[in-house]
Amino acid sequence: MFEILEKRYLNENVILMKILATNVAKNVMPGQFIILRVNENGERIPLTVADYNREKGTITIIFQIAGATTKLLSKLEENEKIKDIAGPLGKPSKLEGLKKVLIVGGGVGCAICYPIAKHLFKNNATVHIITGFKNKDLVILDEEFKAISNKFILTTDDGSKGEKGLVTKPLENLLNSNEKYDEIITIGPLIMMKFVCEITKKYNVKTTVSMNPIMIDGTGMCGGCRVNVGGKIRFACVDGPDFNGHLIDFDETIKRNKIYENFEKKAYEKTCNLYKGS
Amino acid sequence: MPNMSEKKTEMALQSPSQRNKNFKEVSLGYTEEQAIEEAKRCLNCKNKPCKEKCPVKINIPNFIEKIREKKFEEAYEIITESSCLPAICGRVCPQETQCESGCVRKIKGESVAIGRLERFVADLHNSKERKIYIKEQKNIKIAIVGSGPSGLSCAAELLKEGFKVTIFEALHEPGGVLTYGIPEFRLPKNIVKKEIENLKNLGAEIKTNTIVGSSITVDELLKEGFKAIFIGSGAGLPKFMNIPGENLNGVFAANEFLTRINLMKAYEKNSQTPIYVPKNVAIVGGGNVAMDAARSAKRIGAENVYVIYRRSEKEMPARLEEIEHAKEEGIIFKFLCNPIAIHSDENFFVKNIECVEMTLEKPDETGRRKPIVKKDSNFLIEVDSVIIAIGTSPNPLIKNSTKGLKTTEWGGIIIDEEGLTSKENVYAGGDAVTGSATVILAMASGKKAAKSIIEKFKSN
Repeated sequence: MFEILEKRYLNENVILMKILATNVAKNVMPGQFIILRVNENGERIPLTVADYNREKGTITIIFQIAGATTKLLSKLEENEKIKDIAGPLGKPSKLEGLKKVLIVGGGVGCAICYPIAKHLFKNNATVHIITGFKNKDLVILDEEFKAISNKFILTTDDGSKGEKGLVTKPLENLLNSNEKYDEIITIGPLIMMKFVCEITKKYNVKTTVSMNPIMIDGTGMCGGCRVNVGGKIRFACVDGPDFNGHLIDFDETIKRNKIYENFEKKAYEKTCNLYKGS
Repeated sequence: MPNMSEKKTEMALQSPSQRNKNFKEVSLGYTEEQAIEEAKRCLNCKNKPCKEKCPVKINIPNFIEKIREKKFEEAYEIITESSCLPAICGRVCPQETQCESGCVRKIKGESVAIGRLERFVADLHNSKERKIYIKEQKNIKIAIVGSGPSGLSCAAELLKEGFKVTIFEALHEPGGVLTYGIPEFRLPKNIVKKEIENLKNLGAEIKTNTIVGSSITVDELLKEGFKAIFIGSGAGLPKFMNIPGENLNGVFAANEFLTRINLMKAYEKNSQTPIYVPKNVAIVGGGNVAMDAARSAKRIGAENVYVIYRRSEKEMPARLEEIEHAKEEGIIFKFLCNPIAIHSDENFFVKNIECVEMTLEKPDETGRRKPIVKKDSNFLIEVDSVIIAIGTSPNPLIKNSTKGLKTTEWGGIIIDEEGLTSKENVYAGGDAVTGSATVILAMASGKKAAKSIIEKFKSN
């Protein structure tokens, strides 16, 4: 059992939890994830580690309430416990030697960008960050990102905070203004990563994406998380989750993520009903 | 007087039409009378061909003799001198190619039902409360990586000698393939739990949710004071066929399909793990995993379940009993048939599977008959799901994180005759070494490594 030490809402739908998980904290690196199970009948879901403290044996996760399991998780309070946490899983992000990096995050995907940006900034790389959200109410981590970047651009679809529009606009502006990046790292909704990759391909800048497909064990066993990378089958859990964004078949992954859509919808409604009136 | 019946004493089964709708165990086991009746069929031959053919060399005629004498607990003790998981092996061993293949009763009729007798003895033992005898513990810590059959048998041997054993398991539930792979109807999970409980009672510590190779590395374990490490991490990575359409929705590795069912209990009402219930499904492969997937698909509600295998029935590697049970349950076998593509509907879901017919060449020097494609024999089977059960390869997590650990080209850990790897005090066994094989072979290798560890450290 894994105790929740701290819980706070970053916006009305996104929650940060600091959890005591010494098994993970010992060796976790930026880009890696955990698999958790809220309770005895719970499903196993992957969540990226957003921060960690080796001395205290803690990890931080940031998640959006999107389905039945994240809804259940959101109902746990400080000092309560999560049934199972396994990790760290996946390969760490390859950050060594990067001198100048642009990070493009979207929505709750920004939580995954955070440890990567922090690591790079601490190691004296020049870090530019673009983050995008639907509106001002959904913005997360903007103060945190400001503190660990040399340039920070916030966008919202409706212009209620920061620049108005999608992340692709400032991205093109930066690339047009002759900023030369060793690498662009983009993490967010699949559709956003797809469009970011289409642009960066034009400019021929190496682009890494972090994939978060359906998985069960997270150790390479189930094969559910397979992604099409340059026509080859790769497992996000052991070969990734980071891949060359220019080789990913995003359309296929978008369709694959919908396989349990109906089940998930029903499970979510059922879970919400459990908490009605409370 | 020996029982000279040419047939095995029958074991009660759930009827096919009933059992293909539930996950309860298919075989119900022998009663005491039936076990004694069957034990009387053993002729107690001097040269014991059955024992020779058993991978862990159980003294088979001796334990059967004890059954005849109604000394069931003594029979159990004889078995456990050689095997630590009798209730499991009695159920999942391919007896027809091992112990029972050597039985002289086969000259005229069926062999003695050794597997069923083993199961009877183990179940009877497990049904009773026992006093636990713990041997005085030595202060020698041994780490076991993986709680599947090889790890459990290695642990059992070490515990018997008083070593301190810690077992590391990546999943939330111990048991490895016994838990996530083999379905309830063939191996009830309370039996697996009981065997693991027995090891805990002997002093084993089990750490779940711990992935050796990433939560903690092999070198860190050695630094933490573990004198030796046994790697029994299995062959977890599913193989795919590399044919078009394998990433369509509705195509699963057997591992995923079975893990959802066995580990996550997705068929139970209160489970939060989803499962795709196919109407028509093709399972590709001819081993036990293919049988398990096919029969599970039927049980969760699939109407037509096809098993597609590229050789003929004779070459099928699955246990004979599983093939027979599958047929009785209405599984449709497509022998000499090989898939070449999976086609999609407009929503990226499986629509059908395209196959070709095969013929078998004359046997080569090794006696194996190579399947070759019949020209222009393409045909379609209408299915909305395809489950691929063509084998697995070793998990690379440990290989990638352990310096100095030598592996084969395909990722199998290389060991010597003692079970020792290229790294000092690091041993390995089971599917992590051989690639996908059987429970009993994994057990035998775990036991062998344990013997080497005991030999090396007993005087410490």
